[in-house]
Amino acid sequence: MSDIVLKTEHLGISFGGLKAVQDVNLEIRKKQLYGLVGPNGAGKTTIFNLLTGVYQPTTGTFYLDGEELTGKTQEVINHKGIARTFQNIRLFNNMSVIRNVLVGLHNQPEFKCNPFVSMLRLPKHFKTEKRMRDRAKEILRIVGLEEERNNLSCNLPYGKQRKLEIARALATNPKLLLLDEPAAGMNPNETAELMETIRYIRDHFDMTILLIEHDMKFVSGLCDEITVLNFGTVLTQGDTKTALNDPEVIKAYIGG
Amino acid sequence: MGKTKASGFMPRFKLKHYIHYIVIALFLIVMMILSSNGMLPRATITLLSRIAYSIILAVSLNLVVGFLGELSLGHAGFMCVGAYIGCYFANFLHTVIGSPLVVLILSMLVGGLVAAVFGFVIGLPALRLKGDYLAIVTLAFGEIVRNVIKNLPFFGGAMGLNTTKYKPASLFIVAFVVVLLVLALIQNLIRSKHGRAITAIRDNEIAAKAMGINVTFYKLFVFVVSAFFAGIAGVIYGHLNTPIIYTVFSYNYSIEILVMVVLGGMGSISGSIIAATLITYVNFVLQNKLSGDLAALKLLIYALILIVAVLFNNAPALRPLREKLNFRRLAEKFSKKVRHPENIRDDDAAWNRIDTKIKMDEILSVELQPNGAFEPDRKKKKKEEK
Amino acid sequence: MSILLDGLSLGAIYALIALGYTMVYGIAKMLNFAHGDIIMVGAYAILSTLTMTGNPYVAVIAAIVVCTLVGILVEKLAYKPLRGASPLAVLITAIGVSFFLQSIAQLAYGAKSRPVSLPSFGNITIGGVQISVATVLTLVIGAIIMAALTFFVKKTRIGRAMQAVSEDRGAAQLMGINVDRIIMITFAIGSALAAFASLFYLMQIPSTSPTLGSMPGIKAFTAAVIGGIGSIPGAMIGGVLLGIIEKVCQSISVISPYTTAIEFSLLILILLVKPIGLLGKKRREKV
Repeated sequence: MSDIVLKTEHLGISFGGLKAVQDVNLEIRKKQLYGLVGPNGAGKTTIFNLLTGVYQPTTGTFYLDGEELTGKTQEVINHKGIARTFQNIRLFNNMSVIRNVLVGLHNQPEFKCNPFVSMLRLPKHFKTEKRMRDRAKEILRIVGLEEERNNLSCNLPYGKQRKLEIARALATNPKLLLLDEPAAGMNPNETAELMETIRYIRDHFDMTILLIEHDMKFVSGLCDEITVLNFGTVLTQGDTKTALNDPEVIKAYIGG
Repeated sequence: MGKTKASGFMPRFKLKHYIHYIVIALFLIVMMILSSNGMLPRATITLLSRIAYSIILAVSLNLVVGFLGELSLGHAGFMCVGAYIGCYFANFLHTVIGSPLVVLILSMLVGGLVAAVFGFVIGLPALRLKGDYLAIVTLAFGEIVRNVIKNLPFFGGAMGLNTTKYKPASLFIVAFVVVLLVLALIQNLIRSKHGRAITAIRDNEIAAKAMGINVTFYKLFVFVVSAFFAGIAGVIYGHLNTPIIYTVFSYNYSIEILVMVVLGGMGSISGSIIAATLITYVNFVLQNKLSGDLAALKLLIYALILIVAVLFNNAPALRPLREKLNFRRLAEKFSKKVRHPENIRDDDAAWNRIDTKIKMDEILSVELQPNGAFEPDRKKKKKEEK
Repeated sequence: MSILLDGLSLGAIYALIALGYTMVYGIAKMLNFAHGDIIMVGAYAILSTLTMTGNPYVAVIAAIVVCTLVGILVEKLAYKPLRGASPLAVLITAIGVSFFLQSIAQLAYGAKSRPVSLPSFGNITIGGVQISVATVLTLVIGAIIMAALTFFVKKTRIGRAMQAVSEDRGAAQLMGINVDRIIMITFAIGSALAAFASLFYLMQIPSTSPTLGSMPGIKAFTAAVIGGIGSIPGAMIGGVLLGIIEKVCQSISVISPYTTAIEFSLLILILLVKPIGLLGKKRREKV
């Protein structure tokens, strides 16, 4: 039994002849903080979309804990243990903060409750709802949003909305958490705080985290390994410091 | 923020959650006493029965339109299926079973179930289609049902299907009991994890999928439940009006139900109840007064309700007005149940600030983050993603 | 043969209405439910001017003017305030507008259908088949309008601006295109087309009623979907196809009572199997 959580083999997708991502091989170990960096349009978000079933890969396969998930739907992939946040925040805007997290908890086997049970208000319904609320509050406490739980999610400031997205993804109890530009739009203080939160999540939940980020300080401060993409192909992979100092990478960012 | 513990505990009793049942139940008791003394005029009984099935229709349509966020223009179609199947079945049952009440209940179940099957069939397109296209499919469904039923000989064609008429005085009581049951079931569904999942799909389907919500299941489920109740309403209608004639269940009737939902407020159960009662009442009063071409006034009122209500609730330019006239907030102010009374003004100010900030970000993002460059078609623009 | 021709001329009417739907849908991204009722407005405009002046040409021009104005007004008052609101809200408003026009017509002219006596052009015989001149006119003028429209969208400045708005409204705005004006022009053109549709409709069925437009409207939307929403040639093909199917169904006595059901089942089927239609373009939602 290896401790590799996510493994991709020659993962790729093309849109009408345009190879958006090709031949991406990743191996992410348990409890690793793994970074995915690259200039705009390098295909980072596309990889997230492939890993969560939004797009179906045209080539290659990927495995979670050794189980192949290629070709599965978004719902199934989430059940199997990959959860994500979105680059352009996609919260349920008309719901309170805690309800957002409750939606994330919806599919946990321990909170199973048939709709007819709910419609008839059998005792099981009340028990489930209570346990769900308790869990949601605990998750909100971890990301530091417990105080705001009854506010509408659209009224939260930007940084807190990003945190709420993380909380909601955590609620689905994933093995692998994909964070798409979690620090985008945050000020330096918020960014530092977010780094702490992510580390805490990693330790507290034994979570494996794959993240996309443009803030290099954030990446080098957090990730132990990264993959650098450019034009849909892997430029370099490996230890963060070495990879970031690779002349190819510098060239890709500065141009030339 | 004021409450730390109380809000976490689920089975809390809140009067406002049960207010409609109490009102309807009290009303029902009064009416039963009146009617048993023979003090209720026939016309009133007819009106009350109409109100009963209108409430069921409006609330069940609200489930699709208000909570799932899809427009269904074929609700009268489900009602039509329920009415014909349920009453046809009842006519048969009367020859087998003696008790009229049992026949009534069984026919409602059968009518509802068959309508639910149709709801399932219409729910299937809903898995692939959204918005305008789905609305057209439901509209087409309503027309297909009418067209087919018109040509089925055993349903009586243009002559209509004769139903064994129940005494309206006893039927309206059963109808209101059914209303109470339907309201309880729908309310319970909405105030549960399943209701959250349904509204999550409405708010952001992509995010709901990413959270592992089984979108397929819930869309079908909502259509099935909604059609089931519409079918039951149809059976009640059928027992009240003999013969049943297919022309009643037209597109216009579907729109009339939609008007109730829109007037009452999409996603508000009590709103639907009030609007259904109001519109049915006005209809009833006007039906004898507005004869001939003046009947178009009714259409005109419906049209104005749809346009004005939607413009008021959705037009971006009218937001300041909405803030001023926010009924819910006004009600909260009066009942002093505001969660953060001190924050209300700040909230408004914050809104304005957020607005400008978003604008800034939008401009920035055009310059700095043209992400998703490999999307083959980037036609969807930012605003639409909201 | 005559069934096919009937179908063709009915199809030409559907095609004209479908063009209006397709243009508005392609550019404003909304289903203009009231489009069918604009045709009804046109029919009443023709009726009124005919009884006043007796001159069919004046009547046609009046119908075009009235329809265009009504189209622009509807857009300005009902749809424009909702730009940026949810599609559900726009759709419901459009239904409201449709009801509004119908009820106004009924209040003004009564619910009964009224005969409209357009001059009859008689029949001509081509290759042994007798065709009414009205059918030929419908087909010829219909084809000319469609060709002109294609030219307009492809070759003129405004047409290109329309394409840009249809592709990406935000980007078009950044490029200095007045999106509101383009959408207004689209509505104007779509409504003018509806006026032509009402003329051809009256040439075939010479009577008008407040609900005249709703069924052809919905069927024409079917045609637009069959052809692929947003595509001008698609709308033509879809319209003609639907017209022929309708006439063929009506001519077979066993299935003729079920014509409506068949047409709408076809619509549902096409939406399910090929929601982009025959000539439509695929869209992908960005995540």
